[in-house]
This record gives sequence, C-alpha cells and structure tokens, in this order.
Amino acid sequence: MKKFTEILSIFAVSALALSSIAGCGAQKKTDTADTAAGSSAAVIKIGGIGPLTGAAAIYGNAAKTGAEIAVEEINALGGDVQFELKYEDDENDAEKAVNAYNKLKDWGMQISLGCVTTKPCIAVSSEVFSDRIFALTPSASSTDVIEGKDNMFQMCFTDPNQGVASAEYIKEQSLGTKIGIIYNNSDAYSTGIYNKFVAEAEKQGLEIVSTQTFTDDSANDFSSQLNAVKAAGADLLFLPIYYTPASLILSQADKMQYEPKFFGVDGMDGILTLENFDTKLAEGVMLLTPFAPDAEDELTQKFVEAYKAKMGDVPNQFAADGYDCVYSIYNAITKAGIKADMSASDMCETLVATFTSPEFVYDGLTGTSVTWEATGEVSKKPKGMVIENGAYIGMD
Amino acid sequence: MKKYKDLSSFAKTNIKCYGIVILAFLVMYPLQSSGMISHSISGQLVPICTYVVMAISLNLTVGFLGELSLGHAGFMSVGAFSGVITAISLSAAVPSPTIRLIISIVVGGLFAGIAGLIIGIPVLRLKGDYLAIVTLAFGEIIKNIINCLYVGIDEKGLHFSMQSDAALGLSEMGRVIMKGPQGAVGITKTATFLSGIILILFALFVVLNLVNSKTGRAVTAIRDNRIAAESVGIGITRYKLTAFIISAMLAGMAGALYAQNLSAVAATKFDFNTSILILVFVVLGGMGNIFGSIIAATLLYMLPELLRGLADYRMLIYAIILIIVMVATNSTQSKQIIAKIKSSLRTRKSNGEGADL
Repeated sequence: MKKFTEILSIFAVSALALSSIAGCGAQKKTDTADTAAGSSAAVIKIGGIGPLTGAAAIYGNAAKTGAEIAVEEINALGGDVQFELKYEDDENDAEKAVNAYNKLKDWGMQISLGCVTTKPCIAVSSEVFSDRIFALTPSASSTDVIEGKDNMFQMCFTDPNQGVASAEYIKEQSLGTKIGIIYNNSDAYSTGIYNKFVAEAEKQGLEIVSTQTFTDDSANDFSSQLNAVKAAGADLLFLPIYYTPASLILSQADKMQYEPKFFGVDGMDGILTLENFDTKLAEGVMLLTPFAPDAEDELTQKFVEAYKAKMGDVPNQFAADGYDCVYSIYNAITKAGIKADMSASDMCETLVATFTSPEFVYDGLTGTSVTWEATGEVSKKPKGMVIENGAYIGMD
Repeated sequence: MKKYKDLSSFAKTNIKCYGIVILAFLVMYPLQSSGMISHSISGQLVPICTYVVMAISLNLTVGFLGELSLGHAGFMSVGAFSGVITAISLSAAVPSPTIRLIISIVVGGLFAGIAGLIIGIPVLRLKGDYLAIVTLAFGEIIKNIINCLYVGIDEKGLHFSMQSDAALGLSEMGRVIMKGPQGAVGITKTATFLSGIILILFALFVVLNLVNSKTGRAVTAIRDNRIAAESVGIGITRYKLTAFIISAMLAGMAGALYAQNLSAVAATKFDFNTSILILVFVVLGGMGNIFGSIIAATLLYMLPELLRGLADYRMLIYAIILIIVMVATNSTQSKQIIAKIKSSLRTRKSNGEGADL
C-alpha cells in the first residue's frame, strides 16, 4: 500500500505540474501598461481576461499586448482620459474566468474587455450583465456571448456571420463547385461556423461532397480525412479551423499531391508567422479575415511596428482586436464625456447608449466604418485575402 | 462527559470533519452575506464546496477501496449535464429555485451512479490496475460524447441529436439546452454557499458512516488483503461495487452543483486534468483521510488564485509548491521532525497537568 501511495503521488503531481507549465514560455515583457498611468489622478480602470498560460495562451497574450499598446498610446497623449489596464489569466476555463473576473472587480474595474476566448466569455458575460459593467470582447465570437445581454459587445465577427459570408463569397466568386470540409467538432468556434456554412451553402446551391471531422485530441494526423475528401473529388476545401491544425493539413495535402483550393476563416490568420512552417505551402490559400499585418495604411504600419518592438513578432488579428477594443472605448468615452469618477454602472449605461447610437462610427485596424447593433454584434465587412508570395493580397 | 482524547477514533474523525465544515460555514456565511469579504473569495466558495465533495468521494474509491480512478471528472460531467438538463426542463414546472437545485442534484447523482454501475460491473471483477485504465478511458469517452451531443426542449419534451442544433427539430417555443462543443449555456445560477455546505455535510455523513459500517470494514479488508478477505467469505465484487457506485453518485451530485454555479459549462472542462487535480487533492490530503481531503481541496483550490499577483510565474510556482508539499510530507526527516514536535508538546502538556496536582 505504501509503495502504491508513493508511486501514485509522484505520478499525480508530475502530471499536474507538466500540464500547468506547458505553454508558460511566450511572454517577454511584463505589464508596462499598469504603470503607464502612474499619477493618482483620475484614471479609468479597464480589466481584461484571457488565457495567458496553457494551450490557448497565444491568443490571450496577443490580445493583451494589443490592448497594452493602445493604452500606452492613449496615456502618452496626456489628455483628460487616462487608462489603467490589468489582464488576468483564465487558462481558457469558464470557472477560472469567473474567478479572474471577481479578482478584477476587487481591483476596481470600471470597464471590462470580456474574455478573449468564447467559452469563458459566455460565463463572464452573464456576470457582467448582472453587475452592470460595460464589456467589449476582442475575439469571443459566438452569439451566445451577447445573446440577451444589452451591455456585452463584440469587436470580432460572430461565428454565423463568418459561415454565411464564406458561403456567399465562394458562390459569388465561383471558387469551387465541389466542396469538401474538414472541421474540429470538439471546438465551439469551428462547429459554429460549420453549421452556418452548411445552411447557407444549401441556400446558395453549393454542393458539399464530403464532410470530415477531428477533435483537439486527434489533431495530429489528417491523412484519413484528406483521403476521404480527395476520393469525393472536392476541388475546394473549406477549413473553418485555427491555423495550427490547418498548417498540418496543408503540408499533408502537399505530400499526397492533392491540390484543391483552400478556403479558411479568421482562425487561419497567423499561419504565415507559424514557426517551422514552409510558407510556400500556403500559396494560394484564401481566407476571410478582418486584419492584414502588411496593409499599407499608416495605422496598421504604426501598430505592427509597436507590436514588433514589444513582442518581437508580427501581430495577428487577436492583437489588432485588442487594440481596436481599447480605441473604440476611448472614442466612446471622449464622445460621451465620461469622467473617471463615474460609477461603473453609470459608465455602462452611457457607453451602451453611445455604442448603439447610429452616429458612433469607428475606424480601426480591423475595419473601417465599424458600427454596433443593439444586440452587441459588430457590423463590418470581412476582407477576402489570398496568400501570394508569403503575403496577404486583397481578393476584391 | 468523556474527554476528547478518550473518544473512539470514529467519533474523533466525525467531530473533526463536521466541525471544520460547520466552523467554515459559521465564519464565512455572515461575512459573505454582509459583503465583508472580497468578490474574489466570495466567488470561490461554491467551487471549493464542489471540489471538497469531489475529494471526499474520490477518497472513498482511492483511499478506502484502494482502486485508482483516473476518470472521476467523467462522473462529475455526467452529473453536471444531467443536472442542468433537469433544472432547465423543470424551470416552468418548479418555480422555486431551491427545490429545482435539490431535484437536479439528486438526478445528477442518480445518472452518475448508473454510469458507475455500468463501468463497475465488468471492471471491478478484474484484478490489478484495470480500473485505472478503464476509468481513464471512460472520462475521455464521456467528454467526446457530450462534445457531440445536442439537447433541446419544447412543449413536446426533450429532443436529442448528435448532428447539430438544427437537427433537433425544435418548435418555435423550443430552446436549445446543450450545443455540442459549446456545452450547456444559459444556466440559471442557483447554487449557493449554503447548498454547497449542505452537500459537503451529506457527503461526509454518507462516507463516514459507510466506512464505519460492516460494509466499510469489508471494503477496507478487501483493500488490505484481497485473498484474506475472500477467505473469510466477503463477496469482493458486491462490496467493491457498492463503494464505487456511492463514490460515483457523490461525484455526480458535486457536478450538478458545480454546473449551476456557472452560466455556461462545457464538456472539455471535465477532462483528464480535472481528474488528476482531484486525485492530487486526495493524495496530498492523505489517502483514507477524509479530514485531510477537505483541507487539501480547500487550500489547493485557493492557492492559484492567491498567487495571481505573481502574473506569469503563477502556474510555475503553483507546481513547485505542490512538489514541495508532496516531498516534505513524505520524507522521513520531516516525519521525524513532526513526531518530535508532537512528543515535546505532549510532555509539556503532561508536565503542566502534573503541576496542577
């Protein structure tokens, strides 16, 4: 019995220790934004929640850094509106997200940036709703996040919006006649887009010849899915998934000399910056994304430079969403004349009124003439991009 | 009245376990209702209660039955989702949230118990570590099934599908309860600290009395020496199955409470890592030591939250603390030091008593 106890102890602790330190690396700089608003004079406290450790840490850290850059820029302007930003880790878990949210409430958060990922954000959104704190999530894209909550807003497209837009785009541009799909059926994001895509494809009269699935646990080998899609004769492969599994699909398809057109959504964004990935494989891949890091406009270039200086790599759309969140809140605050000494609930009502008013239009990194519906859904145009010579080129 | 040290060990354990839970309640409840404690601590009360119940229930399997279960979160998951479906289905029929919570916890426990029975029957007849392997697989299977499961309700009753929410065929009035990988959404938060404490007391009542009963002695006899137990006529499978099903039921009840403390819960929460987390609570608290499980679950749950100030190094420090605790409590040197402190306290105490005479 004693031996059993010992072996069991060692096994259990090492398993837990490994799982918790996996993905601890990335972060290079600590919260400089916290100290940026040093003076005790009125600062508005913004709290954000996202996965800063664990498998999804890449998204959380990107959104956090994007928001930090925006806060630093705004504070450097030295205007009346000064921000203090604090991000808490949720490990991509609803329970931890609620804990993080409570921690931020103790800190005195007045405006929330919601959560970066969908599942935790659904849990936090109902807390935000009952506490009357205004929230704008950079990237939690499910409609469940905003449904029935008047003070919860989104910076990104909703999942259905992307599914519908993809189907319309494929039809309009007549990109393919026989469509194959590979999606992650253990992921809410991927399944959400897939369901809407299928419904819209039927309306548009697109023919789906094969649908294949995988889960987070089986995202290491796609040969059987690719063979099935190839055997069905698909000439366009729709991939509503994140870029890490997508990169594997691209390289495996290349090995079996299967060359359909690939069509992705915003989760595909980031594939060009993936380490050890041969960007030649991504040639000709099409995707719908709100943000292109090599866009020519001044705003994007300035942001990419600031991000590179801070993190050392090219920002993805999560970073751009985080940046846009802070700036749209800033614009709304200056427009409505909100003061830092207002209570969070007063601030919330004013911000809701400002965001939903038709005159409030935001131009940022992830879109121009961005407006918000009363439901909290964002209204902006998705940009169709195609990868040529290792860079995004607009398709329109 | 008998002195504390003259009491039987069963009575001592009872006093310690019930005492700490009731004490925690008496201290925290007034603080929480008057808003004296931070939101952060107040928000952790219900999750702590569920993890304490999980640790007590797993201790029954690992500590007293001596079988390693690596899929305890699977039972929690079954309880959580059956509880949520029950609670939402009854939202019109049963207006009182408290009664709805009780019914859903009971249903969650029942379904988890049935799951325990289904796995237990074939597996507990086997010898060796098969239970560990099969429970591990069970946890993963449950996770993947619930990930594909869509459940909705309308006036005709419950609808199930493995395809999509559109395939449920709900009427206009219908409402989707579970959306595959997104899990259950739109849960009404009905769990309270009081309900959590009551569930812990219930779990303690069941486990402590079971362990001290004829069945419990048979179960520990099987753990200590299976052949000897068999030779004196103990029906191995029957007793193992009883303990295992009770353990599964308690886990299911904890799951139902857990889910109704969050407005959304997804199947991926109840994965291998959660099972291991609960196992760590049990191992660090001491196997077969219910009091230890309560303390370990509470402290280890709060630890990562207390470490939030360390930002990026939080999870690293958490892991290191776990390892230090594990090594320190198991090494011979530290045991000798603890024994020395204990004996010196005892001599001082007896000296003091001697002086009184």
